Amino acid sequence: MEQQLQAVSGAAAQQSPEQQADAEAGQAYFDRAMAADSRIEPRDWMPDAYRRTLVRQISQHAHSEIIGMQPEANWITRAPSLKRKAILMAKVQDEAGHGLYLYSAAETLGTSRDEMMGQLVAGKARYSSIFNYPTVTWADMGAIGWMVDGAAICNQVPLCRASFGPYGRAMVRVCKEESFHQRQGFEILLELANGTPAQKQMAQDAVNRWYAPSLMMFGPPDDDSPNSKQSMAWNIKRFSNDELRSRFVGMMAEQVKVLGLSLPDAEIRFNEETKKWEHGALDWDEFKEVLAGRGPCNAQRMERRREAHEGGAWVREAATAYAAKMAAKNEVAA
Amino acid sequence: MSESLGWPLWEVFVRSSRGLSHVHAGSLHAPDAAMALRNARDLYTRRNEGVSIWVVPADAIAASDPDSKGSFFESPQGKDYRHATYYVKSEGVKHL
Repeated sequence: MEQQLQAVSGAAAQQSPEQQADAEAGQAYFDRAMAADSRIEPRDWMPDAYRRTLVRQISQHAHSEIIGMQPEANWITRAPSLKRKAILMAKVQDEAGHGLYLYSAAETLGTSRDEMMGQLVAGKARYSSIFNYPTVTWADMGAIGWMVDGAAICNQVPLCRASFGPYGRAMVRVCKEESFHQRQGFEILLELANGTPAQKQMAQDAVNRWYAPSLMMFGPPDDDSPNSKQSMAWNIKRFSNDELRSRFVGMMAEQVKVLGLSLPDAEIRFNEETKKWEHGALDWDEFKEVLAGRGPCNAQRMERRREAHEGGAWVREAATAYAAKMAAKNEVAA
Repeated sequence: MSESLGWPLWEVFVRSSRGLSHVHAGSLHAPDAAMALRNARDLYTRRNEGVSIWVVPADAIAASDPDSKGSFFESPQGKDYRHATYYVKSEGVKHL
């Protein structure tokens, strides 16, 4: 069914008059749904560009969750207590789950799981630039939870209302679980900030290093974000990159006071005229470099993902062989 | 690198507590029903979200065609009498 509908929305040159009429009716239905801020479901007609945009965005989001397991898994064996170790393992397991929810959502658009996984392992797919930074101290677990997951929540809460049903539903599930991530990160930092001077310094150092990369998670400035406008017209994106970034800075500026730490940006201020939070300039050249694969950990992250994929191959093959054997046995019995 | 295994897609339904019906939670890939159930448990019930899980091969689900919205679902127009709110004369009568 989905394949048939995709065929309908194919190139106009190959369309029969009936197909063209279907596509026109589909477009009219789609436009009405957008105007009414209604939802699009997998088997509805949708423009090719809408489908492509969603596949790209949702699969990149899924890849980010999967790669995002690595910086934190780095500290599981060295967590300072059994409780912290259990918490970190639960969090990393959640990230894997989030990746799977998102792959499922992307699949409903007609792209197979194997294809998406293949693109990631082949280094052809993008994922959030943030996960290419190293986690050098335990305090980084706190900074990631508080700032990186905090930024992710700011970004994801509006996505719960994305026009594509399966994406929105996956986001609802993700957001419910993500709030634990941010709180546990905040607690790690709070404990360090109230510890010895060296521990407090470690917490401050982590906040200093993760501040700018988390702000860049919202994507390039609005005047340099070519796809944003279309995504907003399609009700996928609800707020612009700069709008979300400004909100995030405001939250951080307040919360950092509770930690007794500071943000490494002297230009943070609330603009009374625009009623928006402002921050200092960000290094967008660095952002582009990391996105292009030249960040501090890109090569390591990809290598580790490949190892995991290849190392797990025998398990997948064994499960497939067992299923085939049992199916054959049942057939004989029947 | 391993070849594509093409594991079938399963739809997952979770009963959140006894007395409630199973509700669609999402989908996953697995080679067989036993693995699908185990994966569903790990993926959709990490926080006590369920007391029972169903997994159904996605292929086995028959669905209505979204395009036939007009004809498949009978028009409710002019059939207000199927709802209790249609009957107003009994307003004010107790326990009715």
